[in-house]
Amino acid sequence: MISIIDYGAGNLNSVEKAVRFLGFECTVTGDRDEILSSDKLILPGVGAFEDAMKHLQDTGLHRAVYDAVEKKIPILGICLGMQLFYEQSEEGNGPLGLGILKGKIKRFPDTLDLKIPQMGWNNLKIQKKCRLFDGLENPYVYFVHSYYLEAENRNEVAATCEYGISFDAAVETGSIFLTQFHPEKSGETGLKILKNFME
Amino acid sequence: MLSKRIIPCLDVHNGRVVKGVNFVNLRDAGDPVEIAKEYDRQGADELVFLDITASSDARNIVIDMVEAVASQVFIPFTVGGGIRTVEDFRDILRAGADKISINSSAVENPQLIHDAAEKFGSQCVVVAMDVKRKEDGNYSVYVHGGRKDTGIDALEWAKKAEALGAGEILLTAMDSDGTKNGYDNAITAKISEMVSIPVIASGGAGKLEHFYDGIVKGKADAVLAASLFHYKELTIRQVKEYLKERDIPVRI
Repeated sequence: MISIIDYGAGNLNSVEKAVRFLGFECTVTGDRDEILSSDKLILPGVGAFEDAMKHLQDTGLHRAVYDAVEKKIPILGICLGMQLFYEQSEEGNGPLGLGILKGKIKRFPDTLDLKIPQMGWNNLKIQKKCRLFDGLENPYVYFVHSYYLEAENRNEVAATCEYGISFDAAVETGSIFLTQFHPEKSGETGLKILKNFME
Repeated sequence: MLSKRIIPCLDVHNGRVVKGVNFVNLRDAGDPVEIAKEYDRQGADELVFLDITASSDARNIVIDMVEAVASQVFIPFTVGGGIRTVEDFRDILRAGADKISINSSAVENPQLIHDAAEKFGSQCVVVAMDVKRKEDGNYSVYVHGGRKDTGIDALEWAKKAEALGAGEILLTAMDSDGTKNGYDNAITAKISEMVSIPVIASGGAGKLEHFYDGIVKGKADAVLAASLFHYKELTIRQVKEYLKERDIPVRI
């Protein structure tokens, strides 16, 4: 069973629909036991970092995420769900994240004369052989974000992407899989990435 | 590199796509799901559904449609038409839409932009503006399907919408709309340069070079067209290939 972690933040339905479309059973749940007995987990998220972190803590589900990582249950963090794995974001008052991985969440600099948020399809530069991008070559995927990851441990980075600067668009390390883009909105390519994670 | 988006727009009435989509390979030319799938296959980067149903029970029909599209098509899509409250936003986003576009309701109640952005994030709030050129060369914002001149200056409104939390602007130049003479690149460029959020150019695309001009001269982040694609006068693929040959980044 695949569980999508419901901590009261963001739109979980698109992810659920994509997982079901691919023929996998899944449940949207905020139940700790159910989460920890799942085969695979997905942590989605849209909106503000600080709110999302607060929701995770208020529901106690931050502990479920720590325990799932400890138990090595494969987990896919999407968009804000990716950012939450890191230590701190520059968004708002500089809220702290889960701190499971080392790195910072930064805002695209205003000086670059770019539209913020980055909204649309951008192509990835795959950095290492990994599970998520198996069978794909520098694919186009869909992004919507104003903040980006700068991972400390470079060998964790699965793909980078260019938007004025180069940023870390996907991470793969141990049982942790993270994407800044939305695989559930990246058409056939995105479905392939989700499938690679789930199989 | 971030690619420029090509977006087909579909008018929907009572959950059915109207104003004729002319795809011979579709079993049901009015079915939003089939049409959305076909556009996805053709390489559309996003879709916009504009609900033109006037009746009061329209909301549930739209929600069913959104639900059906979101279960089968996995590219981003925007839904607009008759959305007035934060609750409307919630219902339609929950059904699976990625963004909501608001037009008259945003002009009448600008606070809606702020409230929806705060609740669901700026990324899902698209402010659609219908603008018309005045004699003095400035542009005025129209509402109610372009029937009513608000007297509000287009640049002022775009600036205000951004400040209130809009995540994107869908700009339709009424004088160009339906002419097939090209987008109004002057006003599009002015607004796009003024705001830091993406701008979608709409109204007037008739030939391949119009898309190029909309992006280069109009500085649009995305270009939208309706009948041109529906009647297959041009395919999305053709537009993208044309742009790619001219060094515009597109997803092919």
